[in-house]
Amino acid sequence: MATTPRWEHLEHGADIGVRGYGATLAQAFEQAALALSGIVTDLDSIDPAEAVDVECEAPEADLLLVDWLNEIVYQMATRNMLFSRFEVRLDGQRLLARLHGERADPAKHQPAVEIKGATFTELEVSQNDAGDWMAQCIVDV
Amino acid sequence: MKLELFKQLDETSWEIPASGKMRVPAIIYADRALIEAMDDKVYQQLSNVATLPGIVDYAYAMPDAHWGYGFPIGGVAAFDAEAGGVVSAGGVGFDISCGVRCLHTGLGADDIARAAQALADELYRRVPAGVGSTGQIRLGEAEMDAMLAGGAQWAVKRGYGSEQDLERVEERGRMRDADPAQVSERARQRQRDEMGTLGSGNHYLEVQHVDRIYDQARAAAFGLHEGDAVVSIHCGSRGLGHQIGTEFLRLMATSAGRHGIDLPDRELACAPIRSDTGRAYLGAMRSAINCALANRQIITHLTRQAFEAVFPGARLPLLYDVSHNTCKVETHSAGGSARSLFVHRKGATRAFGPGHPELPAALREAGQPVLIGGSMGTCSYILSGTAESEQRAFSSACHGAGRSMSRRQARRQWRGRQIVDDLRSQGIIVRSPSLRGVAEEAPSAYKDVTEVVDAADRAGLAHKVARVRPLVCVKG
Repeated sequence: MATTPRWEHLEHGADIGVRGYGATLAQAFEQAALALSGIVTDLDSIDPAEAVDVECEAPEADLLLVDWLNEIVYQMATRNMLFSRFEVRLDGQRLLARLHGERADPAKHQPAVEIKGATFTELEVSQNDAGDWMAQCIVDV
Repeated sequence: MKLELFKQLDETSWEIPASGKMRVPAIIYADRALIEAMDDKVYQQLSNVATLPGIVDYAYAMPDAHWGYGFPIGGVAAFDAEAGGVVSAGGVGFDISCGVRCLHTGLGADDIARAAQALADELYRRVPAGVGSTGQIRLGEAEMDAMLAGGAQWAVKRGYGSEQDLERVEERGRMRDADPAQVSERARQRQRDEMGTLGSGNHYLEVQHVDRIYDQARAAAFGLHEGDAVVSIHCGSRGLGHQIGTEFLRLMATSAGRHGIDLPDRELACAPIRSDTGRAYLGAMRSAINCALANRQIITHLTRQAFEAVFPGARLPLLYDVSHNTCKVETHSAGGSARSLFVHRKGATRAFGPGHPELPAALREAGQPVLIGGSMGTCSYILSGTAESEQRAFSSACHGAGRSMSRRQARRQWRGRQIVDDLRSQGIIVRSPSLRGVAEEAPSAYKDVTEVVDAADRAGLAHKVARVRPLVCVKG
């Protein structure tokens, strides 16, 4: 029985952690990305009207998670957008993704905090005995 | 943490004796209550820092230390390049050269009270704050390079403030040996719209009043009197610094093995000072320091415009500008002889004592102003560097309060509107684009900065001079 995809935040004194679960690694990465957006604002407030395609590559799954989250941070910062839907496809060491979201609007989204970057702290990408995936790390806000 | 873990050296010094792979012992400065409440992770992270190559004397943690990434926040460590020492991106942090700048206003709390709403509106209108806020300044490639090499000196040349400001900024406003060529295209892109912006999270601009003086002579040397209104600006190097931190953390984490460094934890990411990676990081990190200094200089200019609109003729000279996320080359008499060391301060403030040649003449006798920010609605402190801090922790002190509660907990407990109303009833005006952000930054979500400052004072890291309380707070 596969895990229902879901995400949560980890408590970390000054900062905050993201954790995503999924039946596949790609799904766990999508969920971790939702957790990342959830730090900034309420996901329901973001209209997934516009799409942005990104890709990244790393030799190990945990490094790929850091790169993936940092790619989203970069897109949020330079496009001034917020994202509420993520489609991830993995091809060996490459990650190809489509981010869906809209331009950030302070009045509408009440964005609480900007994310500076994903860290190696509490970084873990793992699979349990049932074959389900978990992807997590602390992000600096 | 359990007190048995430590060898107590005196009332405020707690040693972790060197064991395992630690090359040196570690010391945490804190009183009993603070150390008991401190996160266990500080012990582990500080012990890990003590294993790094070329570390000198001790790994130190300040009274406000808490769990960071790699280094604890509030960590101080010095490395000797001659002894194979390293430079660490995690030892500086993502918000490179985040710091506090304090301005005099020449006005009193009573003057501010007469026009507080108008002043709050002007400041909020002119100083961009919050997630995704953009400044008025767009830098082309050549100007970006000039800014990254020139820091606050560049900003003054472009008309933001005056020459007199510069002597009240660390490094006279310009970090030497910055190498803008090491700053990536992505870091530049992230900075494109962010010059002269405050950012979000715990960053703020406050109009405060001096409500208590602890040392009359030093307060006079700093130009502070009870009832004076001052402005404090807390922010850093914005997207550019964050991106440099992100890129070098990854590069150092994945290349440490190639440099023969056995990391106890990958997040301690570092590289030998004398390696291509080390040199590239230093060049980029120093450029980010200049970006932070330029940013605070531009915000100073915007602040002066806001004051001019409400209090025509007001003059706002600098008290001082300190950074608390840096790695700097300094001369210290560690081990008895003067040596040039790479001092990392991650959430720690430089605190040079009286007579230090870096200090401007007007401050040399009193010691360096050490600016410690509190949370929105509580108080902040101004301390002075001490002579003994040189031996205590390479002339370093604490940097702030630190959170006591996660953002999520804070959001569950408070509503932003309620915080704004409560503070208004205490005579504090808050302006912020995000009520959710205000809830997450609720004053009670932070530790008591007074305890931290008292411990720093008793430990001899810095000496209490004055306390300030907020009147107006612009929150990102």
